[in-house]
Amino acid sequence: MSITYLEAIREAQARALRDDPRVFIYGQDVGEFGGAFKATKNLAREYPGRVLDAPISEDAIVGLAVGAAIEGMRPIIEMQFADFSTVGFNQIVNQAATLFWRTQVPCPITVRLPFGGTSGSGPFHSQSLEAIYAHYPGVVVLTPATVEDAYSLLLAAVAIDDPVIFCEHKLLYYHLKAEKLPTEALPIGKARIHREGRDLTIVTYSAMVHEAAAAATELATEGWEIEVVDLRSVKPLDTDTVVASVARTGRLLCVGEAWPWGGVTAEVIARVTAEGYGLLDAPPQRLNAKDTPVPYHPNLWAAHRPTARSIAAAARNLLRT
Amino acid sequence: MLPTVSEPPAGEVGALREAHLGAFRFMLRARLLDDKFAALYRAGKIHGGVFLGRGQEALSVAVGISLVKTDVFAPLIRDGAGRLAFGEPMLDAIRTYLGSALGSMRGRDGNVHRGRPHAGLLPMISHLGAMISVVNGMLLARQLKGISGTVGAACIGEGATSTGSFHEALNQAAVEKLPLVLVVANNQYAYSTPNARQFACADLADRAAGYGVAAHSVDGTDLTDCLATVGAAVAGARAGGGPQLVVANLLRLCGHGEHDDASYVASALKKSGLGRDCLKIAEDILLREQWADAAEIAVWRSAALREIEDHVAQVQREPAPDPFAEAWTALSSQHLSEGQVQ
Ligand SMILES: Cc1ncc(C[n+]2csc(CCOP(=O)(O)OP(=O)(O)O)c2C)c(N)n1
Repeated sequence: MSITYLEAIREAQARALRDDPRVFIYGQDVGEFGGAFKATKNLAREYPGRVLDAPISEDAIVGLAVGAAIEGMRPIIEMQFADFSTVGFNQIVNQAATLFWRTQVPCPITVRLPFGGTSGSGPFHSQSLEAIYAHYPGVVVLTPATVEDAYSLLLAAVAIDDPVIFCEHKLLYYHLKAEKLPTEALPIGKARIHREGRDLTIVTYSAMVHEAAAAATELATEGWEIEVVDLRSVKPLDTDTVVASVARTGRLLCVGEAWPWGGVTAEVIARVTAEGYGLLDAPPQRLNAKDTPVPYHPNLWAAHRPTARSIAAAARNLLRT
Repeated sequence: MLPTVSEPPAGEVGALREAHLGAFRFMLRARLLDDKFAALYRAGKIHGGVFLGRGQEALSVAVGISLVKTDVFAPLIRDGAGRLAFGEPMLDAIRTYLGSALGSMRGRDGNVHRGRPHAGLLPMISHLGAMISVVNGMLLARQLKGISGTVGAACIGEGATSTGSFHEALNQAAVEKLPLVLVVANNQYAYSTPNARQFACADLADRAAGYGVAAHSVDGTDLTDCLATVGAAVAGARAGGGPQLVVANLLRLCGHGEHDDASYVASALKKSGLGRDCLKIAEDILLREQWADAAEIAVWRSAALREIEDHVAQVQREPAPDPFAEAWTALSSQHLSEGQVQ
C-alpha cells in the first residue's frame, strides 16, 4: 500500500473528524463534491452535517470559523487556493490572530492553503503566502514537505489552541508517496535534517525540500556533501537546528519558492547572521522565485522558481567562495 | 409585528411600561457615561479616541434589551446603551477607556474595542463589517452543538453596509438560515461621507429582499418604535425566521469621535425629525403615559451620575498595565511562541 501527500491530508481530516466532535470542515465545494483537489473526498458522507459547502466568501468563511472557535469548536477551513485567502486576509490577521491576545479566548482554527506553483497555473493559482501570514503575530504557519508531515502536522494543527495557516503544496499532492501513515512525529516548531552533509547547508521547506535534495544528489557526484534542513514550520522557526547545521557546514543557502522580499529566506539569514556570524565561512545566500507574478507558460514558470538546477548552481557558487 | 402603543390589551400595557422604563434607564446611564467620557477626553485623561452613541441610544438599547443572556451580541462604536442592556458591566467601559490593567482588555485594546466573548459579547475589531460573520460562526456552532433558541445581533452603521464583509456575512447567514439580527443605524453620515456618496438605493432595507432575508424599518429616534421593531426582529429570528435586517433612520448627535466637530452635518437634517434627541423623546413618552414623573427621572439621573463618578474614581486608582509584566506573546500555545527574536 502507498499513500499520497493529498491522501494523507484527507486521512488526517478524517481522523480529526472521527476523534474530536468539535471538528468540522468548511470551504468551497468541500461537501458532497469532496473539494477542488479531493482533499475531503467522502468526508461529507462519512461525517454528515460536519463538512459544509461555503459560498465564495473567504472573508465570511474565516469570520465564521473564528465565531465557531469562540464557541469551542475546532474548524478546519479549506481555501480553494492559497491565492484566494487574500480575500479572507483581514479575518485571519486581524480577527483570528488577535483574539487570544486581546481577550484570552483561544482561537483554534486551521486554515488549509493549497499553495505553490504547478505547471500552467499562472499568476493567481500558484502563490506562496507563508511569509505574509508569518509576518503577523498570533498565527502558526506550517509547511509540510513530506507525506508523513502532511498527516501529522495537520493533526497537530487541529489540536493546538491557536490559528494555524497550513500550507500544503499542490505539486506534492499526487506525486509524493509514502508506504504508510506515521505513528509518531516531530512536534510543531522542530526542523528536520532531510539529508546530512558537511560542506554546505540548504535551509528550505515544502516542495523546495525535494528540489534541494535533487540538487544535493547532483552535487554529490561532484564530491560535495550537502545538508538539507526542512523547516517544517516557518513560524515558529527552529533557529537552533538551522544554526547547529551551519556550525557543521560553515555555509548557508536558503531556498524558498516564495518571492524574495522580506520572506522566510531573509528571516533565516537574518537569524543565522545575528546568532551564528562566527560560524559562517562565506556570506549566506538565498534563492527565491523572481520578483514578478508567477508566469503561466511552463518555460517561464520553470525559470521563475528555484529548481534543482538553479539550486545546484547557487550552491556551487557558494562552495567556491 | 408587535402591537404599537395605541391600544394594547391590559397585560401588555404592563410589559410595555416595564420595557420602556428599563430601556430609558439604560439610555440615561449610557448618555451620562458618554458625557463623562467626553469630559475625560477634553481633560486629556483618555489615551486615543472617544466614540459616543449620542442620538442612537433608543435603537441600541432596543437591541440589548431584546436579547437574553445566552444570546450573542456584537455591538459597534455607538452601542453604549445596548451594551449596558445586554449586561456589560459599566466598569468594563470605564476600565477600557482608562486603560486599567483590571479591565477585560487589560490595556491591550481600548475604548469601544472591548467585550467578553465567552459571555456572548464580542469585542469589535476596527475593520467595519468584520464582526457579522463571527456572529454567524457562533450561531452555526450552537446549531452544530444542538443548542437551539439562540439569537445573534450585530450592529453596524450605514457606511459599513458598503463593505464586502457585510455582503459576504449577510449572504452567508441567509444561506445557513441563521438567527442573525443585523441592525443598521443609518445616521446619514459615515464619518463625513453623506449617504449620497455611500449608496445609491432608495432605502437600505430594500436590500434585504436581494439577500432573501426579512426587512424591518424603524424610526431610530422613537424608543417605542425601536422596542417594537427590534423586538419583532429578534422574535422572528428566534422563531426560526432566519436573518432579519433592521434599518433605522436617525442622526448622530455628536461628532464621529470627540475629535470631530461634525461641521459637515447639514443643518436641515439637524432640524428635521431625524435630528430629534431620542432620549428626550423617550422621556416625553414616559411622562405622557405617566409611567414616570419628573422627580423619579431626576432620581435616576443623580443615581446614574453617582454610579459613574464612583466607578471612574475607582478605576483611576487601579493599576495601569505594566510592560515588564507583559507576556509579549500573541499565542495561547506558549511553547510555540518565538519569544524575543533578535
Ligand atoms: C474597513 C474599514 N474602513 C475604514 C474604517 C475607518 N472608519 C472608522 S468608522 C468609519 C465611518 C463609519 O461609518 P458608519 O458605518 O456609517 O458608522 P457610524 O460611524 O456612522 O456610526 C470609518 C470610515 C474602518 N474602521 N474600517
